Amino acid sequence: MPPSNSLLRRTAPIGAVVLCGALLAACSGAGGSAGTASGSSDSINVLMVNNQQMLDLQKLTAQYFTKSTGIKVNFTVLPEDDVRDKVTQDFSSQAGQYDVATISNYETPFFAKDGWLSPLSSDARSDTAFDQSDILPNIQQSLTYKGQIYAEPFYGESSFLMYRKDVFAAKHLTMPAHPTWQQVAALAAEADGAQSGMKGICLRGQPGWGEVIAPLTTVVNTMGGTWFNDNWQAQLTSPAFEQATEFYVDLVRAHGEAGAAQDGFTECLNDMEQSKVAMWYDATSAAGSLEGKGSPVAGKIGYVPAPVDQTKSSGWLYTWAWGIQKASKHQTDAWKFVSWASSKQYEDLVGTTLGWASVPAGKRASTYSDPGYLSAASAFAGPTLTALNAANPQDPGVQPRPAPGIQFVGIPEFEDLGTQVSQLISDAIAGQISVGTALKNSQALAAKVGARYAGH
Amino acid sequence: MSTPSITRTARVPRARRSGAPAESGRQRGAWARRAPLLPALIFMIVVTQLPFVGTLVISFMRWNALDPDDVGFGGLTNYTNAFRDPALRSAILTTVELTVTVVLVSLVLGLGLALLLDRRFLGRGIVRTMLITPFLIVPVASALLWKDAIYNASFGLVDGLLSWVWKLFGSTHPPQPDLLTSFPLASVEASLVWQWTPFMMLILLAGLQSRPTDVVEAARVDGAGTWQVFRYLTFPHLRRYLELAALLGSIYVVQNFDAVFTLTSGGLGTANLPYAVYQTFYAGHDYGEASAEGVIVVVLSLAIATFALRTVSSLFREESLS
Repeated sequence: MPPSNSLLRRTAPIGAVVLCGALLAACSGAGGSAGTASGSSDSINVLMVNNQQMLDLQKLTAQYFTKSTGIKVNFTVLPEDDVRDKVTQDFSSQAGQYDVATISNYETPFFAKDGWLSPLSSDARSDTAFDQSDILPNIQQSLTYKGQIYAEPFYGESSFLMYRKDVFAAKHLTMPAHPTWQQVAALAAEADGAQSGMKGICLRGQPGWGEVIAPLTTVVNTMGGTWFNDNWQAQLTSPAFEQATEFYVDLVRAHGEAGAAQDGFTECLNDMEQSKVAMWYDATSAAGSLEGKGSPVAGKIGYVPAPVDQTKSSGWLYTWAWGIQKASKHQTDAWKFVSWASSKQYEDLVGTTLGWASVPAGKRASTYSDPGYLSAASAFAGPTLTALNAANPQDPGVQPRPAPGIQFVGIPEFEDLGTQVSQLISDAIAGQISVGTALKNSQALAAKVGARYAGH
Repeated sequence: MSTPSITRTARVPRARRSGAPAESGRQRGAWARRAPLLPALIFMIVVTQLPFVGTLVISFMRWNALDPDDVGFGGLTNYTNAFRDPALRSAILTTVELTVTVVLVSLVLGLGLALLLDRRFLGRGIVRTMLITPFLIVPVASALLWKDAIYNASFGLVDGLLSWVWKLFGSTHPPQPDLLTSFPLASVEASLVWQWTPFMMLILLAGLQSRPTDVVEAARVDGAGTWQVFRYLTFPHLRRYLELAALLGSIYVVQNFDAVFTLTSGGLGTANLPYAVYQTFYAGHDYGEASAEGVIVVVLSLAIATFALRTVSSLFREESLS
């Protein structure tokens, strides 16, 4: 055996140990360096959801924001569920890893209450170019806690009813200017089968607190139901809640799209574009796709407010907004970024560089008088603004509520509660269980959550 | 590997020739071979075992991200909560049903395809590549494909095919079967079977091609028919490969998340264990309970993996003895 071999044999373990040490150091270094990125002076870390409007922003930031301000922006982009979890994790521990994050009007009130967000009212007041008064009052209100603004909207949406004008004309049907749910149910029965393979209406049935629960809860609100009464008692088995759910499930089973139990926003959008349904009740943001380039139904769609029963309006309110973490060491730079991303100028920038259909709309009154935007969105701009102005998260039903929110209950537990209830509702839409059974089981889940608050 | 193999005993005389005592020389030689692997081993332990230890620790903690001021030791609360949760209990049953069905069906289909591919025919390479393709597609993409392009009752392939056939006969009202709603678990299983059959096929094909051909020829000379050759020669030879494929498949399918998440969002009684963990973690933000559920999944997977490893090692033993 040559001597070099035995030398190798003796030194190999030492080498191995050294190498391992290096590896371990590298690992711990990788873990530790994440926090130092926010340490440099002119850079901020932004965590955001991977929606198209945010991806557009990511593309435009370097050229139009960093160039003029010198502030480098490090983006972390994740799907919605992951974003919610990471934001909750980082903000709740006040770790300060992210200076700015996309939060919605669902989280903002309780994040603010827990003291995780920087109040933005004084920044917004002193920044005249930002023009806070241009922000739609309902959107601003939904991001306000105890008189202080805690987040600035990036885009907003409500819900309305979309219907095929050509199909209605051919069948001699008339859509009322302010339909009730009973009228819509009758129209759905009439329009069912108007064309080969066409159903009356598309309604979501896919499990998820942001899927089936959103439209269903707006129906519950307008039919006199609520998740919780003012004393935090769960109301899912109350006659009004039950009647509304029965109505929703019966309508979708009788005249709704086929396979409704797995249909969310995306599937309904497909159904509408492919002439598989005559009506669709969903988010106002759907109109942009329906009227967009290449849509086979562009120009054939009419828009009316969300159907009602006992209330004046029933459209929901949702906004993705920018919150600044209280523990962030870059408050000034963070505000500069937020005020730029939520500004009127940014909307114009998107309009002129990427096209007016891509504008993050639904948050400023001025958007709806902008000739550029109206050139692309004339069909639905008016109805969208009407819906946004009618949505009142503080008082969406017929009785006082313990927490804000139209299509959700503004408490942290609702994500879990809504998701569990949604699976039971979806089972009922699939015909596996009765609505009564679904709500009885849901009531037990909701009562548990209500009990946590009842004592406070 | 305690059994002395032929190859190892053959090397012993060389160690004696170098004058060193046989035993220590062999040990040194063994360590010289092992040392270069040590960094990899330690790296493996760091990246796989330490996170698991972390999960174990968190599973005994009270830790919900929505309540950051109340983090502490929670004892067995998370485990009792997990087992008390009817959703988790049904998730365990769903997982077992899903795994057993998917593995058995794809094993049978994989065996059939492997036997067919074992023959020579024109275009065999192309067919083999096409059959393997489903296994190479990103799981979440394949799940989305099944949900919207195949199952969707309004615009899916099933619906389109029926409409087309009915149109041929002049009917405007074709049936609109809604497979995902009528047979939710079976639909999820079908998409997984499509994905895992190629995996089974590959393992069994490898097994088939390691079959000694002279034995088969001898059997044919002795007048054995096709069925008898399969029954008495091929099948016994394939048994180990079947076991291996089944166990490896089980380990993977138990952990499947994409199909349930995408196809049914855990609705209609299709939520399996990984989905339940996901929901506790992402909707409930309850890291303690999610970790406890994760540990339960690991324990169940370990039970299966133990069998798998035993099978594999007995396979290697046979290889080295033959």
